[in-house]
Amino acid sequence: MPLYLTDDQAMLRDTAREFMAEQGSIKAQLRHWRDRGCKDGFGHGLWKQFAEMGFTGILVPEADGGLGLGHVEAGIVLEEIGRNLTPSPFLVSAVAFVEGVKGSAARERWLPGILSGDIVAAVAIDEGRKHRPEATAMRAERSGNGFRLNGAKSFVVQGGSADVILVAARTGGSAGETDGLTLFAVDKEASGFGAASERLADSSMAARLTFENVEVDADAVVGEVDQGWAVLTRLLDAGRTGIAAEQVGVASGAMDMTVDYLKQRTQFGRPIGEFQALQHRAAHLYSEIEIARAATLKAQQLLDEGDSKAELMVSVAKAKAGRTATLAVQEGVQMHGGIGMTDEHDIGLFMKRDRALNELWGDANYHAERVAQLSGY
Amino acid sequence: MADLEAFRSETRAWLEANCPAEMREPMRDESDYCWGGRNPTFKNDAQKRWMDAMAERGWTVPDWPREYGGGGLSPAETKILKQEMARIGARNPLMSFGISMLGPALLKYGNEEQKRRFLPEIARGEIRWCQGYSEPGAGSDLAGLQTSAEDKGDHFLVNGQKVWTSYADKADWIFCLVRTSKESKHGGISFLLFDMASEGVSTKPILLISGSSPFCETFFDDVKVPKDQLVGELNKGWDVAKYLLGHEREMISGMGLSGGSSEALGTALRDLLADEPMLRTDVARFDVDAIAFRAMSERFIDELKAGRAHPAQPSMMKYAGTELNKRRHELVMAAGGASALEWESERSKGGKAAREWLRTKANSIEGGTSEIQLGIVAKRILNLPGT
Ligand SMILES: Cc1cc2nc3c(=O)[nH]c(=O)nc-3n(C[C@H](O)[C@H](O)[C@H](O)COP(=O)(O)OP(=O)(O)OC[C@H]3O[C@@H](n4cnc5c(N)ncnc54)[C@H](O)[C@@H]3O)c2cc1C
Repeated sequence: MPLYLTDDQAMLRDTAREFMAEQGSIKAQLRHWRDRGCKDGFGHGLWKQFAEMGFTGILVPEADGGLGLGHVEAGIVLEEIGRNLTPSPFLVSAVAFVEGVKGSAARERWLPGILSGDIVAAVAIDEGRKHRPEATAMRAERSGNGFRLNGAKSFVVQGGSADVILVAARTGGSAGETDGLTLFAVDKEASGFGAASERLADSSMAARLTFENVEVDADAVVGEVDQGWAVLTRLLDAGRTGIAAEQVGVASGAMDMTVDYLKQRTQFGRPIGEFQALQHRAAHLYSEIEIARAATLKAQQLLDEGDSKAELMVSVAKAKAGRTATLAVQEGVQMHGGIGMTDEHDIGLFMKRDRALNELWGDANYHAERVAQLSGY
Repeated sequence: MADLEAFRSETRAWLEANCPAEMREPMRDESDYCWGGRNPTFKNDAQKRWMDAMAERGWTVPDWPREYGGGGLSPAETKILKQEMARIGARNPLMSFGISMLGPALLKYGNEEQKRRFLPEIARGEIRWCQGYSEPGAGSDLAGLQTSAEDKGDHFLVNGQKVWTSYADKADWIFCLVRTSKESKHGGISFLLFDMASEGVSTKPILLISGSSPFCETFFDDVKVPKDQLVGELNKGWDVAKYLLGHEREMISGMGLSGGSSEALGTALRDLLADEPMLRTDVARFDVDAIAFRAMSERFIDELKAGRAHPAQPSMMKYAGTELNKRRHELVMAAGGASALEWESERSKGGKAAREWLRTKANSIEGGTSEIQLGIVAKRILNLPGT
């Protein structure tokens, strides 16, 4: 398969690009909800529109009423989301959660609502400042024919808006081990469940969740008891690849805005884009973005093919896209000069979003370390 | 698709049967390259057998048309051939400026007679070519070149000097940029082909910091060049020259792929990294960039073959690939420590690590410097203003 978009995929990209630029623009969504102090940080109306466009069903198998497409297609939508900084539940609900519950009993209960854009899902894994899925300490003990959950989660994106939360808890082993983890799909109405939402630097919302003797049925289990690591890795790798695509979009959006500015802004009697010091930095950035885009597409294709090298490529993509987007937003703000530091200008919003995306599900260091380990050193 | 799968299995079987075991071992250094030429030097019999077997099928240039000695393969088939060669670690059967640079330019700008005359002998590795572009006063500003070709009715008379001409002392023929008019800088350049054995051609090797002398000063003193060896139109050689440079840059960008090995650098250096946490971090970051670049390279080739690549994209590839290769060798040297400094010892295979490290520094100079590539990307891809 060639490493570029097929005709069908290019068509989806054109559709998604047009849709997101119109409906998902910074003005219409990010600023709109931010300036109103919205408790969700995104608009449910747009989420419904995502459903009408078919985006929410991209990764849902046809048998479950979805489109049965792959990570390449999900990434196409995410790149446009990144370009417009569109706040939406797409990444967590329609990519990570959907991938996580594939083939489980929970899918019958929750997928229809995601397909229709009526519900929002969250994924609760980390408990500390940095991404360490194997460090999960939250406990799940058998109770009746189900389980009783106790513990706390942090940095749960949209956790306060979610109707269902996919939670990683320990049914065996101890923190630091990959064995003994189990995933549960928990209804937000469950008694003993609490969510405290906080606004992050990029105006998105994340929650700290608490579980106090939360009782769930056996059919809330996603995957096998004690064998949650495999499902967790699968859903995380889908999510990480999705973030890489979103970051390629963030980087491209920031670069386009910056290159336009280099052509417009005049100093010393000429456009600042004539200065070679800036030209070369812009060209280097372009090169990095193209490479990040290729790595991300490769990871998506390998995931879609079920290739054994996918895991390595996912980490390469997340690390590369992360570093590249950070370069793009830093260069973006610097090359805008004073105006780049103002809230009124959009370039600073790219910087904030990039920081949040880097932190989610493993930053560039985490993934470079994973590349080293998977390569046997 | 079914046809492609059939092609893959035939190719696999043919390679298994025809690629000698010695040609499946990684190349140790530049002396393992097979360059062909009028007076070829083969390291062993296997090298010659491998080149001839591949040439016989047109697979030294798999995607060139059959009538010019190529394999006539489609982009998809070419990709499969490369994948199958990589699978068994098969070496490139023939390295050649004829294949990577002149051939593509002739296919686009040569006339029918020139194609039939020059392309098949390139494909078979019979003639070794060198590149006469740079001059002492014309490096990055290549179009400032002064070597002149005077119209003498039935031939051109060439006078002047080239420099940094790689393998000029070993090459049979040269593709050479000459000035045929002083009226216009870019519009006074022509593209000539001639035999290095012609009267009036002389070369003088230059020693590199790596200790070897792969390139030369090249002098032309009243060299007669028949008129039918002009490629493209008179005074329109700059178009040919630029097109060829695109292909040269594409080839040099492959440096970023470390000979096609898919092994991560850290895997190769594993034992040396165990108690060097800072270095291990640097290597891991390098591997992220290198594996990502490999994907970029695959994407670039796919887009190129499908006619979807931006014409200036080879500049971006050349820039990224060569900077990556330099970084790789800095890391190899750091991992090797004092051992990697040895220059002549047998243990160090004659200073292999240090000499290769030094050689890579030329990657971001030859074929147009990194600064020049960045300038091209800025202007032609990002459309930034200025001269
Ligand atoms: C190993 C090797 C093999 C080579 N093989 C060949 C060959 O086979 N045939 C051939 O014709 N040539 C060959 N070359 C020559 C090569 O193409 C030139 O060296 C190259 O184009 C640079 O020219 P220069 O050396 O004159 O450097 P200069 O052009 O003098 O450059 C000096 C420095 O100034 C910078 N610079 C120049 N102009 C600008 C600008 N506009 N903006 C910013 N920075 C600028 C350059 O980037 C560089 O850092 C080879 C070179 C090497 C090192």
